[in-house]
Amino acid sequence: VTDGLPSRAPRPPDELAQLERAWRTPHGWRFISSVNNTNIGRLYVGTALLFFVLAGVLALLMRLQLAVPGNTVLAPATYNQVFTMHGTVMMFLFAIPVVEAFAVYLLPNMLGARDLPFPRLSAYAYWAYAFGGSAFFCTLFAGLAPDGGWFMYPPLTGKAYSPGLGADFWLLGIGFIEISAIAGAIELIVGILFTRAPGMTLSRMPVYAWAMLVVGFMIVLAFPAVIAGTALLELERAWDWPFFISERGGDPLMWQHLFWFFGHPEVYIIFLPAAGMVSTMLPALAGTRLPGRRAVVVSLVATGIVSFALWAHHMFAAGLGQPMAVLVSAASMVVALPASVQVCAWLATLWRGTPRWDAPLLFIAGFLCLFTLGGLTGVMVAALPFDWQAHDTYFIVAHLHYVLIGGMVFPVFAAMYYWFPLLHGQRLPEWSARWIFALMFGGFNLAFFPMHIAGLLGMPRRIYTYAGDLGWNGYNLASTIGAFVFAAGVLWFFADVTRALCRPRREKGNPWQAATLEWLPAEDYGNRSIAQVHGEEPLWEQPSLPDEVVAGRHWLPGTATGRRETIVATWRGARPWYLLILPGDSWWPPLAALGTAGFFLLLTVQQAWAAWLCGLVAVAAVLAWLWQLDRPPPTRAAVVADSVALPVGGAPAAWPWHHPGKLRAAGCRAWHAWWAMVILLVVDGAVFASFVYAYLHVGMLLAVCPPPGAGLPDGAARVLSCALLAAGSAAVEVAGRRRCVSGASASNGATAPGRTKRAPLALWLAVWLGVALLCALAGVAAGIAGIEWAPVRSAWHAGAAVLAAYVGLHALVLVAMACCLWARAGAGLLTPASRASLDCCALFWHATSAQGISLMLLL
Amino acid sequence: MASVFDPASPDAVALARFAWLLCGGAALVFFVVMALLAMAVASRRGGRPLRWRRWLAVAVLVPGSALAALFGYATWGHAPYYTVDGGAQSAAMPADALVIRVTARMWWWEVRYPGPDGGIALANELHVPAGRRVWLALDSADVIHTFWVPALAGKVDMVPGKVHHLPLLASQPGVWRGQCAEYCGLQHARMALHVVAQPPGAFDDWLARQAMPAAADGVRHAVARALFAARCAACHAVRGEGALALDVRGQSGEAGPSVESGALGRPGEYGHLGQSLQPLQSRGAGGAGAAAAGPAGPDLTHVAGRLALGAGTLRNEPGAMAAWLAAPHRHKEGIRMPDPQLAASDLAALAAWLETLR
Repeated sequence: VTDGLPSRAPRPPDELAQLERAWRTPHGWRFISSVNNTNIGRLYVGTALLFFVLAGVLALLMRLQLAVPGNTVLAPATYNQVFTMHGTVMMFLFAIPVVEAFAVYLLPNMLGARDLPFPRLSAYAYWAYAFGGSAFFCTLFAGLAPDGGWFMYPPLTGKAYSPGLGADFWLLGIGFIEISAIAGAIELIVGILFTRAPGMTLSRMPVYAWAMLVVGFMIVLAFPAVIAGTALLELERAWDWPFFISERGGDPLMWQHLFWFFGHPEVYIIFLPAAGMVSTMLPALAGTRLPGRRAVVVSLVATGIVSFALWAHHMFAAGLGQPMAVLVSAASMVVALPASVQVCAWLATLWRGTPRWDAPLLFIAGFLCLFTLGGLTGVMVAALPFDWQAHDTYFIVAHLHYVLIGGMVFPVFAAMYYWFPLLHGQRLPEWSARWIFALMFGGFNLAFFPMHIAGLLGMPRRIYTYAGDLGWNGYNLASTIGAFVFAAGVLWFFADVTRALCRPRREKGNPWQAATLEWLPAEDYGNRSIAQVHGEEPLWEQPSLPDEVVAGRHWLPGTATGRRETIVATWRGARPWYLLILPGDSWWPPLAALGTAGFFLLLTVQQAWAAWLCGLVAVAAVLAWLWQLDRPPPTRAAVVADSVALPVGGAPAAWPWHHPGKLRAAGCRAWHAWWAMVILLVVDGAVFASFVYAYLHVGMLLAVCPPPGAGLPDGAARVLSCALLAAGSAAVEVAGRRRCVSGASASNGATAPGRTKRAPLALWLAVWLGVALLCALAGVAAGIAGIEWAPVRSAWHAGAAVLAAYVGLHALVLVAMACCLWARAGAGLLTPASRASLDCCALFWHATSAQGISLMLLL
Repeated sequence: MASVFDPASPDAVALARFAWLLCGGAALVFFVVMALLAMAVASRRGGRPLRWRRWLAVAVLVPGSALAALFGYATWGHAPYYTVDGGAQSAAMPADALVIRVTARMWWWEVRYPGPDGGIALANELHVPAGRRVWLALDSADVIHTFWVPALAGKVDMVPGKVHHLPLLASQPGVWRGQCAEYCGLQHARMALHVVAQPPGAFDDWLARQAMPAAADGVRHAVARALFAARCAACHAVRGEGALALDVRGQSGEAGPSVESGALGRPGEYGHLGQSLQPLQSRGAGGAGAAAAGPAGPDLTHVAGRLALGAGTLRNEPGAMAAWLAAPHRHKEGIRMPDPQLAASDLAALAAWLETLR
């Protein structure tokens, strides 16, 4: 039967069984080794919600303490730990993970992919977060929790004023979340850009995917600042490198710049996914398309860009210069415009459609109400004269909770009601949803609205008690009552979820008559066949799509190689490009995560040996996991639809403008891995840039810079270093063009040349790699040997030392990479069709050279 | 007495007016959006037509122009005296300004008026002449604190190694409460400051009295004074007492009402890294813990005249001093002051003497 669908019927009888076999979820305790996005996504969402509840309990404790003046429920030291942990856990262990968790769970289904492009990476990200986050939370029970606030301003968090372990737990504990969030972001960016269903062009992509794409890039650009900041502060605490100690040339405000350069985009990292969810849910609930789809997408992008110009509005009282304060104030107001456009689009959707008052819409209406108010108070505090009064008071507490709970938690609850049937077909009960909404909405307003007033009556934040004669009593009591009402709603919700999960599994159908692909019938393997999409609302435009997909009438109806696969499509036009073989379930990611968690935590409690042992376990596990990947594919081409065969594992490594005859010249490139590496190197470069900023910032505080007598590499050393680094990069390029990996002369792909013939070719590859490594190491050594190593002397010295150390760390990574490549070459794994490891290492090589050279130019 | 909406200075009046304007504007916008939401969801059958371009234009232009107007008013139309800098505008400081240095410490405020030998030190209470603008030179000896007296001015951070200036003008006599607004550790909650504005004449008299050493009361409090010298004087000064006593008596004439205005805290005097702060803090009695140079505890020369003890922890009523001395950590846990563990009779004697230091 040919009716224009990609695959013809009937399908071969054993096709479905093969697909099921490849994607089967392991049972029992082997479930831990599962890497499928559906399983990881469920665990991820569940863990994030667990931290939401835990941090919520901390909030209730605080509200109990503040219910009446002079209360003694919590000792001052405990209260300070509790409020620090509440903020830290909510931000780092709930808000960021939950938005990534939803994306990991929903996006592949929404985009029609079978899984994310790097399933083991998402498993690692999840387990690192779960192990690290749980251990971090448990510090509270030992009284070792950090107590410097979630913003950790030095000098209070320096060794002099926080001698205990709490601050170290914060600084190293956040390390997990940084790793896990960045891993997730890379995964999502590549997944969104390259694994969409054929025909789902960028402009047809669901708004939620757009939101996550913007958020992915924001994480990539914002997190490096806090990585650098935490590294500097930990160096100061551990080894007395005085970055933030003003007597020794440091500057406490530098931390605030680094922290808020992350911290403000962070707010939008949390809000944009929620906005994307609303834009995706509302059309289904109102039964009409989202008007101004393009305007909404532009708003998301604009918010992402402007959010990087706002960080200093947390510092209006810190003595910024007037031009900067005014500029930031202006940007803080401008960011309200994209929000206004989105609110308008949502209202227009409701206006045009026929809204159905089911639970998701109830929570979305609550969101619209609360977020509007939070946005308006946001504009208020963006105005300098108001912020001088409102800053650091309960007004800000109210504002931020209106934005974060109103703007993110309410949409997430809407999303849980909306997407709950994806779990096993059951909907959450409607009648209790109304009560839950009433409790949460009413409780929220009762808890947080009075805080606006208390703040303007002079109540500062982060106080564990207050006197009874200041006029704050009634407002605080109301807040406490409201907090418990809100908590009752949340508790009821989780009771409902538990009950619903106990009910039997059934077919999910399409309960909201939604238009997006996640409502196609799906199993462990995702959809039976990957839908060919023709418009923005596939399920509305192609009513027979579910049946066609289940019948295997679309792309990749089975498994072409007998393993887990998904289709990689071109990033803009979503034309099928190549077939990606996905790695299967593995114990290595959880083991690597356990090692990472052990490394950071044991380092904090000064068990150096055990820590390094764990670190080795982590590195070994990652290497073992990588060793299994990037293998020569079983076939060069796979049939994914009638008369369509796609290359397997990658596409020719030539840019579109290259001559077609030269397409084979560089072999087959795994573009998903290549782009992932590019994004990782953006992160790496941004961390380096943050260190450069720190170096320049403390340098500008000096009367004479560089300080007299400071040792810096001389001209000859700089030139030599730059030349060697450039030579190293060139040598890696040459290595990449060796015939054994480029396929220039291989007539019939990877399987053709015999082992005897490949060995000498691989030897040359190894030699060129050795040359490259020697050049790079010599270049780095020549460069940083001239830098005087006296980081304890002053902040400037410490800044130079940290730059040198960072480049030195890259040299160490290069050694490890060269060893891996030698091993792969020796084992015959580097072939024209499986050269992703070589390509990625080469990228890192160039990044190292670039950093070394810019360091030589900068110092 | 600590409300944004109860302003007592021209600056705070302007800030309060601005705050009212914003609250009103925000409420108006909120109700308009809620009305639109109600109209959008109002029940009906079938959909309604929509002119999206018109919606979009409204969604951009209306808030855009409102925000532009707000930004213009906040930045240019509305000028509180101390500028948007949050810190000092040195050019605005007249040469004869009275500069009062306020140094935040964990967890109290050291207030210093110009005077001989580093100035007249007080704690946790800032007296200003009503109707006359004074300049505060704000800095910190340890971690970041924030100076905030809502009824008089907006916040200014106190950052170690920097000096931020804040002009302060109380319109009429009165007492206002302020509190540290930046989280500064364990007792952030108990770090209050009282600003007392007096008529200029009364202020001058008060300052002259503060410049004088403690009234020498002869033999009546000999036990207490010996105890003080032995147990307290390492951190606390009572001018005219013990090893730390300074003979200010002879100089009090000059240090009185006609204080050398502007002798302290001129912006140009402070290098960026605060080296030049050192002379002002040189009278240190050895810092307890990690506190930077400077007195470890408040100057007690005229402690009995203050409104509160322990930076606002206890109202300074009869008996408060004895209660504080009996168990300072019960009232303010974790402070640097060790528990004196005095015998009951010693405690009573010491408290009785301190209560005479007016």
